[in-house]
Amino acid sequence: MTDAAQAIAVTDLHKRFGPLEVLKGVSLTARQGDVIAIIGGSGSGKSTLLRCINMLELPSAGRVSVHGEEIRMKSDGRGGLMPADRKQVQRIRTQLGMVFQSFNLWQHMTILQNVIEVPVHVLGKSKAEAIETAETLLRRVGLYEKRDAYPAFLSGGQQQRAAIARALAIQPLVMLFDEPTSALDPELVGEVLSVIGDLAREKRTMILVTHEMKFARDVANHIVFLHNGVIEEQGPPEAIFGAPRSERLKKFISSIH
Amino acid sequence: MTDETTHALAFTPEDLPNGKSFLKPHRIALILVAVAVIVAVAVLMRWDWLPRYLPRLGWGILVSMVMLFSTSILGFLIAVPLGLIQITGPWYLKGLARIFCTIIRGTPLLLQLWLLYYGLGSLFPQFPAIRQSFLWPYLREAWPYGVAALTISFAAYEGEVMRGAFAGVPAGELEAARAYGMSRWTMFRRIWLPRAIHRALPTLNGETVLQLKSTPLVATITVVDVYAVISKVRQETFLTYEPLLLLALIYMCLTGILVIAFRYFENRIPTRGA
Repeated sequence: MTDAAQAIAVTDLHKRFGPLEVLKGVSLTARQGDVIAIIGGSGSGKSTLLRCINMLELPSAGRVSVHGEEIRMKSDGRGGLMPADRKQVQRIRTQLGMVFQSFNLWQHMTILQNVIEVPVHVLGKSKAEAIETAETLLRRVGLYEKRDAYPAFLSGGQQQRAAIARALAIQPLVMLFDEPTSALDPELVGEVLSVIGDLAREKRTMILVTHEMKFARDVANHIVFLHNGVIEEQGPPEAIFGAPRSERLKKFISSIH
Repeated sequence: MTDETTHALAFTPEDLPNGKSFLKPHRIALILVAVAVIVAVAVLMRWDWLPRYLPRLGWGILVSMVMLFSTSILGFLIAVPLGLIQITGPWYLKGLARIFCTIIRGTPLLLQLWLLYYGLGSLFPQFPAIRQSFLWPYLREAWPYGVAALTISFAAYEGEVMRGAFAGVPAGELEAARAYGMSRWTMFRRIWLPRAIHRALPTLNGETVLQLKSTPLVATITVVDVYAVISKVRQETFLTYEPLLLLALIYMCLTGILVIAFRYFENRIPTRGA
């Protein structure tokens, strides 16, 4: 599978935690410019699926390709898989901009230092160039004035916007959002969603795990409904929200309204 | 959050008492008592010996400081891998590190010092290979044994501190480092270690002060530090209180300098609510 237009291709992914099988054979393709929203109840495996794409969770079986390059895996000797080439995983990770539920900004660095850290120390860019890019990004997410503040002094919404700037700074091929608004106070959700919405309108490729159904419907061009570790239903948002076919999806949609 | 709240959470110089706030009745009373004590000490006690011993005292302070800094820095350099091994290492290294820390922390420093100096120190001359080696001129001296014992002790205590500090760095921050393609070494150097040190700084401050006050033990193996100089003063002048008071003052000043220096580094990265 070497289709370069395929930003992400996940094939028959399984993930077991001990006796519990969280993902039971999931396949998913993101083409360039796709905005895919993964929805589903808690425990449906949606975060695990996202975390398997950049190998923060190691899949038990299955294949993951990024930009047509398959991540080479080998057996870990305990019935699971591990990366065959750590360098390859590190290189591929620099193409995936991950945004976490709990922000995970580095607390010992200022906002600006957080944003230039990976460009300078992983991608080998010059500090001046990285700062220039970072300041543009911080202006975009409305945090230019806070660039010298430490994360602990920012609100959750500001921290998450800074985390988005940090992810954008690596100029990723795909943005991965893992429930980016779930840890936020309700009044702070809007500012983060508006930043993510802007990115979606730019046709930036992204995969988004979210509980914000209205938002998913507005920005995504493809919705994946995960239930008990399998894709129960997928399709364009109008079909998923307007004319759900499976009983479970109907139930899920009615439960959140 | 507004800027005012951010400001209120940060520690600023305004929190310290300023010139005016000293002039409160209870503070004035305490200041007068302090002045009276200092005058009494200066006038009623004998200090005529002091000029004679000043050069030796200066040298002694220097020796104490060298002992403190060399052993703290060397000990810390050993403590980092000791702490890290106990978290990420294979079981046998974990076990070794834990045994080392337990034994060193479980026995008196004085005992360790004497075992090294009187034990190893008296074994070494029996081996011609050692006597002919380039190290022999040093191994005949007392100070290498003092440095070794203090370094080992500091490493064991700080190994435990660093183990806790490494373990306490939020997993999410390390995960973010991995998610952006950092190699293990880059993650350690850029995120894990600085984050752990920052967390451990207040503890390290206290431990370094304790280390300062452990340095006089080297006087028992003939290293002439500031404590040894003061002992000499007491033997030669038959005075008890004056040299000991001076010694207390010297250690308090050194402690104060250490605390201020550590504060400076702690405050370089403000911590909220701490």
